[in-house]
Amino acid sequence: MKEKTARYALGRPWSRHRDRFYALLSLLPSLVLIFVFVYLLIGWNTVIAFSKWHGIKSDLSFNGLKNFIELFQDERFQIGMRNMGVFALVFISGCIVIGFVLALLLDQGLKWESFFRNLYIYPLAISLVVTGVIWRWLFTPGSEQTGWIGFNQLFDFVGLHFLKSGWHTSQSFGIVAVAIAATWQMSGYVMAMYLAAIRSIPVELKEAAVIDGASPYRYYLHIVIPLVRTTTVSAVVILGHIALRVFDLIAAMTGSGKGFITDVPAFYMWQTTFQGNRFNRGAAIALVLLVLISGLVIPYIARTYRTSDEQGG
Amino acid sequence: MKSIPRSLNRLVLYMVAIFFAVLFLMPIYVMVNASITSFETVSVSTMWRLARSFSLRGFAAAWVGDPLQGFTGLGPYFLNSLIITIPAVVVSVFLGSINGYVLTHWKFRGSNLLFMLILFGMFIPLQSILIPLVEIVRKVGLYGTRSGLSLCCAVYGIAITTLLFRSFYGTIPTSLLECARIDGAGFFKIYFRIALPLSLPAVTVAIIWQFTQIWNGYLLAIVLTQRPAVQPITVGLLNMVGAHYVQWNIVMAGAFIAALPTLAIYVLVSRYFVKGIMSGAIKG
Repeated sequence: MKEKTARYALGRPWSRHRDRFYALLSLLPSLVLIFVFVYLLIGWNTVIAFSKWHGIKSDLSFNGLKNFIELFQDERFQIGMRNMGVFALVFISGCIVIGFVLALLLDQGLKWESFFRNLYIYPLAISLVVTGVIWRWLFTPGSEQTGWIGFNQLFDFVGLHFLKSGWHTSQSFGIVAVAIAATWQMSGYVMAMYLAAIRSIPVELKEAAVIDGASPYRYYLHIVIPLVRTTTVSAVVILGHIALRVFDLIAAMTGSGKGFITDVPAFYMWQTTFQGNRFNRGAAIALVLLVLISGLVIPYIARTYRTSDEQGG
Repeated sequence: MKSIPRSLNRLVLYMVAIFFAVLFLMPIYVMVNASITSFETVSVSTMWRLARSFSLRGFAAAWVGDPLQGFTGLGPYFLNSLIITIPAVVVSVFLGSINGYVLTHWKFRGSNLLFMLILFGMFIPLQSILIPLVEIVRKVGLYGTRSGLSLCCAVYGIAITTLLFRSFYGTIPTSLLECARIDGAGFFKIYFRIALPLSLPAVTVAIIWQFTQIWNGYLLAIVLTQRPAVQPITVGLLNMVGAHYVQWNIVMAGAFIAALPTLAIYVLVSRYFVKGIMSGAIKG
């Protein structure tokens, strides 16, 4: 109800009409830009995804479902989809767990709280390209003979030999290493979200819990976690759409890797389109990504904002 | 009795907090440490050891380049990034501001649907528009230019700035603007005299956020530009890393140069930055 607007305001009718015309007019540039650069281009991309455009020369004739059948049979795409799934799983759960733990930590009234908070968030200010360049070196494994490098050197030094790994060069672990770098970058973001949610819980609830003799542990388990559920949903949606379209980090850190161990569809799309001129395949991959992300995002946007439309007019 | 476990508890909390702080600082420590190490003592195998000698020659080399080692310096790329980022920030922040104003205080039937359609633009994978985007940018003659790239960065920033300003204007009481209307102020007068000046905190947040996003962007740049003469610093950095032989301290100095503007903004005004993050995270 608080969104009730100037629509009901007083004023002479003619000036009200004129002002509403101006309001529409000033929204127009953005609407045109968004319409062209988002919706028109998505439509255009869809046409290409179903076309025979398979070389430098544009060919938009219809190719049926052939592009998609071939795509889903393509080994590189299958590996990429699997990698994307692993990346999303590690990245999302890592950010949520670390973000929540850090938020709880900062809710304990530590000294230098804002110092710690700012420190946990700063990676977000850095480009994924820079992150990739640094983490590539941190993860460079080295070897027994030539000497360990990066994290392996640290683990070797403190005697945690079992933690040594090939990191992003490892067949089984490659994409997880990339996800770790991404988690480093984004978990402060999730922390900030959780912290805001925890801070918005009414003090009375906490006091009531204390009076009822609830331990801090039970307070967090039975009151805080259920109350921040909507934040968790937001975090999953936001992290999820980042995970599905991650490109910069892969490009900076590993590329597709040997045997596509760190390949994802978003990277495959770029390579096959802009280095391989397979435009219909690139567009098809892009469409698959768009559909997946839409499935995640559209229900979320609709649920979050539809209600305010009904109330606010 | 009670105070001993309590202070022990505190100690554990601080140790966890410091543990995470070290973890978060590690990559930046390695980067800064390597970039200030002199050529004589730098080596990947000693990346964790504190620099024994201090030298800024790594930065100089990263900035001006070295044809012998086969890489171009980041200086021109840095300038390109500024030329691309600043206009894109101004345009996207201004459009977002006026959109937010209209979508909260001049609502009309369907305005919320329009907002959701704009917002969706924030989430689309860029891949899903890249191919036709190149075509369209080529057609209007802006392919391979800084202004073309800047324009695209601005357009794909409108969604987040609109969201940000819509949230902000939602907190300004309608009655305030209504008074102005009764006094005879029109749409633009209310915007420029009341709404925009009131929204200065949101403008700051939006500028910082957009600057960070656009400065850090990479994908649009490699798809819309080919010549190093117009490419931004993220592309320059990866070109340098991909060069045949570049010394470790130069690479890290290059990474530092690329990260410096946004890191500096963060250190100076982290309060606004955190606000930007929070508005990006749609409230549930």
